Amino acid sequence: MEPVRTIDGIAAPLPDRNIDTDQIIPASYLSTVTRTGLGAGLFHARRYDEHGNTKADFVLNKTPWNGASIIVAGDNFGCGSSREHAPWALKDFGIRCIIAPSFGDIFRNNCTKNGILTAAVETRLADHLMAVARNPSSCRFQVDLNNQTIRAKGKTYDFSVDEADKNWLLSGLDEISLSLRDSDRIDAYEQSWRAAAPWRFA
Amino acid sequence: MPEPKTMFDRIWDDHLVRSYPDGTDLLYIDRHLLHEVMSPQAFQGLHDTGRHVRRPEATFAVSDHNVPTLPEHRFEIPNAASRLQVETMAANAREHGIDYFGLGDERQGIIHVVAPEQGLILPGMTVVCGDSHTSTHGAFGAIAFGIGTSEIEHVLATQTLRQKKPRQMRISLSGHLPDWVTEKDVALAVIAQISTAGATGHMIEYAGDTVSRMSLSGRMTLCNMAIESGARCGLIAPDRKVFEYLKSRPRLASNPEALEAAMDSWSHLASDPEARFDNAVALDVTELEPMVTWGTSPEHTIPITGRIPHSAGTERALSYTGLSAGQSLDDLPIDTVFIGSCTNGRIEDLRLAAEIVRGRHVSDKVRALVVPGSGLVRAQAEREGLSEIFVRAGFEWREAGCSMCLGMNEDRLSPGERCASTSNRNFEGRQGPGGITHLMSPAMAAAAAIEGRVTDVRRLMGARS
Ligand code: SF4
Repeated sequence: MEPVRTIDGIAAPLPDRNIDTDQIIPASYLSTVTRTGLGAGLFHARRYDEHGNTKADFVLNKTPWNGASIIVAGDNFGCGSSREHAPWALKDFGIRCIIAPSFGDIFRNNCTKNGILTAAVETRLADHLMAVARNPSSCRFQVDLNNQTIRAKGKTYDFSVDEADKNWLLSGLDEISLSLRDSDRIDAYEQSWRAAAPWRFA
Repeated sequence: MPEPKTMFDRIWDDHLVRSYPDGTDLLYIDRHLLHEVMSPQAFQGLHDTGRHVRRPEATFAVSDHNVPTLPEHRFEIPNAASRLQVETMAANAREHGIDYFGLGDERQGIIHVVAPEQGLILPGMTVVCGDSHTSTHGAFGAIAFGIGTSEIEHVLATQTLRQKKPRQMRISLSGHLPDWVTEKDVALAVIAQISTAGATGHMIEYAGDTVSRMSLSGRMTLCNMAIESGARCGLIAPDRKVFEYLKSRPRLASNPEALEAAMDSWSHLASDPEARFDNAVALDVTELEPMVTWGTSPEHTIPITGRIPHSAGTERALSYTGLSAGQSLDDLPIDTVFIGSCTNGRIEDLRLAAEIVRGRHVSDKVRALVVPGSGLVRAQAEREGLSEIFVRAGFEWREAGCSMCLGMNEDRLSPGERCASTSNRNFEGRQGPGGITHLMSPAMAAAAAIEGRVTDVRRLMGARS
C-alpha cells in the first residue's frame, strides 16, 4: 500500500447520518471475485434512477464534486455490513479521505487497510465543513495526516484519528508481512494453549 | 487482591500473542468462519503472495448469501456471477483443505446458524468471520466479531488479528418478557434506546435475569443485533444452558470427557462482580411491547402501540418509507412477509411463527416466505410438521440461505414493495432496490402475514395460556 500523508482535493458534502455500507455499495455489486471496478456502483441508488440514468441532483454527479477525493458526512458513516467492497468502491471512485463525526468500526478498519483516511471531527465542525464544501469556490480542501489538520477556505481545523490507523496509513506497510515476522511467537502461543485448553484446538 | 476482570478481559488476555507499542494487540483466533461473498479476494491475496492457510482445521466455510432458495435453482444457479462465487468458495475450500458445506449438503445454511449448530462455537473462544453479524456467537461466551476481507486474509495467513481492545458496555436486562414479546423486541428496544451508534467502539456484555432465562436461540438473536447498535460484538456469560446445548452437537458428542473438562474452565469466565465497565445501560422488559421499525435505520423503532416521533433529521427516512411523523404502524398494509435470516431463522423462531399461523391463512394480498436458517433447521421443521402448517397457510417453504435479508439472490423486493421482515437491517434498498422494510419479531411477522397488515400479535392471539 502507498503511504498516505496529504490529500488535496475536492470535498463533497453528504449531509446525512448513518450512511450505511448498503447505501455505499448495494448487494447487487457484491457478486464479484475481484476488488476492482466497484466505483461504478458507488452510492448506486442515489446516483442513478431506476433506468440507470444519472440523477443530476446528486452531489457526486455534479461538477466539480464528480471529481471528489474527500467526502464530508454526518455521524456513524459506514455503519452496517462488513463488506470491504464499500472502501473498494470509494477508492475506485477516487475517494481518499472521509470526514465525519464518527464511523462504523469495521468500515473504519477496512478503510485503513485500503489507504483511505477516516478523519473524525465534532458534529458542528462537520456541519460547517459541509457548508463550505457545498460552495464550488471553496470546496477544495487540504488534509494533512501527520499534523491532523484540515485546511478549508483559508482556515485550518484539527481532526482526530485512531493512533494505530494513523501509523498504518503513514507507513504504508503490509500488515500480514509484519505479523508473519511474529510467527515464532504464534507457534509458541499455540503450543502452550494446545496443552492448557485442548478444546480450543479440537 | 487481583484486579477485578470482565469476561471480555479474561478471554482477550487468554488470546494475547503480543502487544505492540501503538496500542494494538496481536490476538489468536480460534475459529475462522468463511462465506462465498467476502472471501474470494482474500484467497486471491494469499495466492498472489504465495502464502498458505495456517490452520485449515480451524477454518470452516459455507455458501449462504448468494444461494438460490428455490429448490429448482439449487444446483443450477441462474445468475452467472453468483454461480462463480459459490464455485470459487468450493474450489478455495478444496484447495486449502477447509471443511465446506455446499449446496448439496443438508448441513448448509447461514453461517451464523450453521456454526453453532455444528458445535463449532465454544465459550472462551475467539471467533471471526467476514460478516458483521458474527456478533451472534457471543451468545456462547465467545468473543466473536465481523471483519473485512483484508482481515480475512490476515487470519488465513497467520491465525491472528491485530486489534485494538474496544471499550466495554454492560447492558442489564431485568424482568419477565410479556406474552408474545421476544428477544427480537428486546434487541430493537435496546437500539432505540442507545441509537445505532450508541455502542460504537464498544463490545456489549448482556447480563441480568432476563438474559439468564433466555434460550440459546434467544441469546443469539440478541447478540446478533449488537452490531446494529454499533458494537462489534455482544457477549453473554456461559451457563448450564450452553453446556446442555453443546453436549448434543456433532463436533462434541463424540468426546464427552473433553467437554466435561472444558466446562470446568468455562464456569470461571463470567465477569467479576466488581469488574468495571466503561458504560452501563439498564432496561426493564416487564412492560415491553412488540416493536416495529418505521424508517431506514434499526434505531427507527417504536412499540406497535406507539406513533412515529417528530424528530429532526428523519425526513429522508420518512420520505423513503412513505410514512409521516405522528402516524401509527398498526394496520399499515404490507405486500410481503419474510421469516428467516441469522437473526430469526432458527427452529425456535419457526415454532413461534407456526404457532400463530396454525389454522389460519395468509392474506391473499401478501407474498409470504419462510426461509429456514439451515438445512438441518428445515429438516427439523419438517419433522415437527411446521412446514406443513406454513404451506397450508399459503407460505412459500424455501431452502436455507440468507435470501431476502439482503437481496443478493433472486429473493428481493421490487421498488415500493413493503415487507414485514424478521431480518436485522431496514436500510434503504437492503432487501432489494426501492424496497421498504419493517423489522419485527417472527410472531409479529406471522401475524402481519395473516392480516395483510402490520398488526399487534397480542390482539390476534390474546393472552398465552
Ligand atoms: S442472514 Fe442476513 S445478516 Fe445474516 S449473514 Fe445472511 S445476509 Fe448477513
